[in-house]
Amino acid sequence: MLNYEPTTILAEPETTSSAAPETAPTPNSTGAEAVLNILLAEGVDTIFGYPGGAIIPIYDALYDFNDRLNHVLVRHEQGGIHAAQGYARASGRVGVVFATSGPGATNLVTGLADAQIDSTPLVCITGQVFAHLLGTDAFQETDIINITTPVTKWNYQVTKAEEIPEALAKAFYIARSGRPGPVLIDITKNAQLQAFHFAPYAPCAHIRSYRPVPIVRPEYIRAAAALINQAERPFVLWGQGVILGKAEQEFKAFIEKSGIPAAWTILGAGALPTDHPLNVGMLGMHGNYGPNVLTNECDVLIAIGMRFDDRVTGRLDKYARQAQVIHLDIDPTEIDKNVAATVPVWGDCKETLPLLTALVNAKSHPEWHQRFQNYMAEEVAAVINDELFPTGEELTMGEVLQQLNELTEGEAIIVTDVGQHQMVACRYAKFNHTRSNITSGGLGTMGFALPAAIGAKFGAPERPVVAIIGDGGVQMTIQELGTIMQTGVDVKIIILNNRFLGMVRQWQELFNARRYSFVDIQSPDYVAVAAGYRIAGRRVETRDELQPALRQMLEQPGSFLLEVMVAKENNIFPMVPQGCSVAEIRLC
Amino acid sequence: MTRQEYNITAYTENQVGLLNRIAIIFSRRKINIESLNVSPSEIEGIHRFNIVITETEDVVSKLARQIEKQVEVLKVYYNTNADVIWQEMALYKVPTDVIAEKASVERLLRENGARAVVIRKDYTVFETTGHREETDNLIRVLQPYGLIEFVRSARIAIIKASDGFNHKLREFERREPSEDVSENEFLNSRDAVFTM
Ligand SMILES: Cc1ncc(C[n+]2csc(CCOP(=O)(O)OP(=O)(O)O)c2C)c(N)n1
Repeated sequence: MLNYEPTTILAEPETTSSAAPETAPTPNSTGAEAVLNILLAEGVDTIFGYPGGAIIPIYDALYDFNDRLNHVLVRHEQGGIHAAQGYARASGRVGVVFATSGPGATNLVTGLADAQIDSTPLVCITGQVFAHLLGTDAFQETDIINITTPVTKWNYQVTKAEEIPEALAKAFYIARSGRPGPVLIDITKNAQLQAFHFAPYAPCAHIRSYRPVPIVRPEYIRAAAALINQAERPFVLWGQGVILGKAEQEFKAFIEKSGIPAAWTILGAGALPTDHPLNVGMLGMHGNYGPNVLTNECDVLIAIGMRFDDRVTGRLDKYARQAQVIHLDIDPTEIDKNVAATVPVWGDCKETLPLLTALVNAKSHPEWHQRFQNYMAEEVAAVINDELFPTGEELTMGEVLQQLNELTEGEAIIVTDVGQHQMVACRYAKFNHTRSNITSGGLGTMGFALPAAIGAKFGAPERPVVAIIGDGGVQMTIQELGTIMQTGVDVKIIILNNRFLGMVRQWQELFNARRYSFVDIQSPDYVAVAAGYRIAGRRVETRDELQPALRQMLEQPGSFLLEVMVAKENNIFPMVPQGCSVAEIRLC
Repeated sequence: MTRQEYNITAYTENQVGLLNRIAIIFSRRKINIESLNVSPSEIEGIHRFNIVITETEDVVSKLARQIEKQVEVLKVYYNTNADVIWQEMALYKVPTDVIAEKASVERLLRENGARAVVIRKDYTVFETTGHREETDNLIRVLQPYGLIEFVRSARIAIIKASDGFNHKLREFERREPSEDVSENEFLNSRDAVFTM
């Protein structure tokens, strides 16, 4: 097909020995070229990757696809996969990663685990040693299929070019359908080099053993509606399922008709605008006061596209025992996994929510809403005011978010790392749009934010992207500043520097008698580091400088690194201490 | 909730790596697989896993769903021992001279439903098939005669109430899932299954 050089494959014993019989259709493509043509056919525009010996044939083919596929050269494969995650979550499309065999492939493992637990659609393509060397401990051979089995939705090793079309078609179908997840396709070098007959590509739409979209069962919809209609204190919990199902409108219609207060998991944030009157806040360990306390007082709990993670439920045997539970989820293994459902609504919420909306009565539950507002007033007085509008000398993380909100007005994509700053950002960032909060929720992967923000910007180039990162996490993937430098991608980076591994320090303060064991972390001069990468930067130490600096960061074209020195020993509250019930949430 | 033996039957595609994908569902939860057999099924190209574990029904039902969630798994059932017909096979190697001299071989074979597979000058191999107690029993019987080697196969089990997988497979092969295929065994029989 394209610039195919027969000599390159004749060097391979595999391909010459398996020479096609006379009658076979003539080869028109190498495996490597087929990979790239399939990516185009699947609508891929961006690849995050890093080359190496076992994937050189694909990179060689890429040389001629440069005009059609944007390959982003990252600085570390972990950065590449987190970038692909950011891309997928900002755009709703499948993120694509290339890595070489051995260390390149093993560097993907953290990102795969993260994408698996946060249901992010990815197709990762790794190079592998020649098929005839498999199992010989060849140079850079690693058994990446077995290493990644627990952290992929599906994986497959290709050893012949003929397998490439079907394997990749299945990969994209599996990654994006049903409950999305990461897929890894490992392609041996001989298969990349091999010439074969590449028939017109047919995407996959059916695998007989795989049923991503369950049939909706009307009797459960009716039972759910009946429960909701007789409820006096119904409460909706929503998660990322609403976003993954692209069901934001259906969700909004449902809660607006039923008038039910709704709270979110951190991965669900943004599916409903922050300012929506029915949005009562965040669930979980550092969530809002009312949603946690009232979980144990509602009479009907309606969980939509969420999985009752332990950070959300706290102590399970004291979680919403009084409530009848309606659980809407596309993944049957989630139903009854942690919390028993009175009514299981197994299905795609884009399909089930409208059916439910049609059957529920229009209501408003004013007294019930008032209870959430009362708790919010208490939380504002006890926690939020001091955090967002502090009067002490030291800067708080919350006031940085507050100032940022005023400038971005909820239009930005906020990408966070893991720790105290993540909780502050999720609690206080304002979101007008879905796919605006990108964070490592299930795995809690420090180092996620910087590369994920790069990917998010590629996935949603029209939107401002602000990464909010701790001084610990930023040092885990700081090398991706090189990716920003080389691609010129416009990412705004805020480092909230408390000179501690803050979240661990908070636990050590509260639960280990302030024995600060290895949480005192030093930082380089970040502005100087940024300058080394030719990225503009600024450091802020006082309140007066904060707003002008944020304004400069947002207004100045191109990427920008803003380091804000915040209070060293601030704690995140409210907090449901581990092992406690949601009703035992502490305000201080 | 009482723990008891459960027989998990999974119908799967024939795919390299699937065994590992299924095995780690158990090992991740530190659950010991007591017996594992993979064989062809009544349908060409479709494999049948028989897995035996001792667990509560609550745990088994969750494991079954996790297995069924795997892309290449078509269907999973789980049954108590009472709901299946099951067999295990065992081989026993004993020194021929001892056994011929000291035992009434004929009675021994008859009483234990065993038969001789190989008889050589130096050793004899017996075989028996049955439930665990039966195969275990023959070990005890043969131990005094200098049992040299013993091996027992994995359990194979047929579900009493099953009418096979053929009709289901035809539904699976259709592009649009039918009611029958999309049924969730676990949601359908929730009252019977869920114990939380
Ligand atoms: C890769 C990884 N290693 C360790 C942890 C454990 N951990 C969770 S939060 C945290 C502290 C994060 O510190 P920093 O990045 O400075 O953010 P802060 O909490 O101070 O906002 C640590 C070490 C983790 N989540 N991820």
